[in-house]
Amino acid sequence: MTLALVHARYQLLETIRIPIALIGSAFFPAASMLFFVVPFAGDDPVAATFATASMVTFSIMVSSLFTYGVGVADDRSQPWDGYTRTLAAGAGPRFAGRILAGMTMALVSLVPVVLIGALFTEATVTPAGFLLGLGTVFVGALPFTLMGLAIGYALPLKAALVVCQVIFFPLAFGGGLMSAPGQAPGFIQAIAPYLPTRGAVELMWAAVGDYPVRPLSLVMLAVWTVAAGAVAVWAYRRDEGRRFH
Amino acid sequence: MILAEAIEVTRRYGDVIALDNVSLQVAEGELVGLLGPNGAGKTTLASLITGVRRPDQGRVTLCGGDPRDPRTRKALGVTPQETGLPATLRVGEVVDFVAAHYPDPVPRAELLDQFGIADLAKRQTGGLSGGQKRRLAIALAFVGRPRVVVLDEPTTGLDVQSRRGLWDAIKAYHAGGGTVLLSSHYLEEIEALADRVVVLGHGRVLADDTVTAVRGMVGVRRVSFALAGEPPALPGVVAVERHEDRTHLLTPDSDALVRALVASDVDFRDLEVAPTSLEEAFLAITKEPATAAA
Repeated sequence: MTLALVHARYQLLETIRIPIALIGSAFFPAASMLFFVVPFAGDDPVAATFATASMVTFSIMVSSLFTYGVGVADDRSQPWDGYTRTLAAGAGPRFAGRILAGMTMALVSLVPVVLIGALFTEATVTPAGFLLGLGTVFVGALPFTLMGLAIGYALPLKAALVVCQVIFFPLAFGGGLMSAPGQAPGFIQAIAPYLPTRGAVELMWAAVGDYPVRPLSLVMLAVWTVAAGAVAVWAYRRDEGRRFH
Repeated sequence: MILAEAIEVTRRYGDVIALDNVSLQVAEGELVGLLGPNGAGKTTLASLITGVRRPDQGRVTLCGGDPRDPRTRKALGVTPQETGLPATLRVGEVVDFVAAHYPDPVPRAELLDQFGIADLAKRQTGGLSGGQKRRLAIALAFVGRPRVVVLDEPTTGLDVQSRRGLWDAIKAYHAGGGTVLLSSHYLEEIEALADRVVVLGHGRVLADDTVTAVRGMVGVRRVSFALAGEPPALPGVVAVERHEDRTHLLTPDSDALVRALVASDVDFRDLEVAPTSLEEAFLAITKEPATAAA
């Protein structure tokens, strides 16, 4: 456990020393808030709250995919990663440390979204709803964290970058993150429950507002989580760092 | 007690065989040199012993355990490649990070002092010179008071003075009972430190013997001179190269060659005798299968 904290601490130190990386993961969701949510749904308390919850989910997804997918693939390309494998720490502390650091970064990148929601829209949330939403962040981040780890451990850096860029967009639109509950176009309504983004955003909507979660979305969220976890473990086990030295 | 052992180990990368049925034993208190040109399999063997990779066939043990088990590696010290230090972290932070993995680490100030980098503790590693990075990288191998250290090309690219400083540190550790497996492609480095040397070439063990014995085998010298026309036939030449007007002869016995050259009465100029790099020696030797089959 202490080792997990040590690994998390040094990962965060490395990230913080290059602050532009932080701005990158916070920018897209914050910009989406300003361009889409504030002008179109900002005046309606219910719509603004749901839309902010969607952007929070979007932000978690993007930062998880990129932090782990690209971050892990990048680390694996560095000789330092090969060295840390010779230290007396197994997969557990290194995985846990990485996830702790990633979660911290994800929470930090949520701050602008939540601030814009609170200051520039009519979005409201009860203190209990806020705490529930905070807890939901961790549940919702799980499948995307595992997907990111699977990508990061399975692919070289350049491929990981492309895969993350290619999948985050359909996951966001297909899951209905860009439309209010029940307002998405028909074909998205049809495919959304089968995407992990939908289960995550429905949980978030239910946490901060009045939304009945659909069982199908939750079951599929669980399926995605287990599947992504299995791929992540497989990719981690077969990974030996760079192939050639 | 055997602290590091590879038993009939084979490792492939796709179609390339990096290690071909290699066996190696390092006993407690030994300082063994692993010598071979680039691509011989030194780094791969080191990565198996340090638990980074798994052998395709065969078995590897470290202090009697499996090197893939993190608990076994508490007794192991390894040097990262110089280019591999996290550039944004400070020297002190890197030492603390590595120290956190061991039950009884050497205090930071003491370690940095021993390697002559005490004044750099607050600097980011990205801003260090090549020599400073090397010192830090080697210091990291000793943070955890290891029973065995594996040093892969520890002083490559260093000036003579820094190299000697690091050699002293490695000698001091060995004198205190420490076990070392040291890979290098400098014969000079192995000679300065090791008692025993294992020569790898094309993924096989070519020799496992005392330094003196191996020196005789790979101690090839280059005799070069300017000469118009063909050089005469000379004894003990294992390879001939010609670049522009210079002739380069590789030989295990440069004294005999030079005597014969002088006696042959040809009109040579600018005679030079120099030790070859190990790579050249190996290229020369592997052309002559009889010599290589040791």
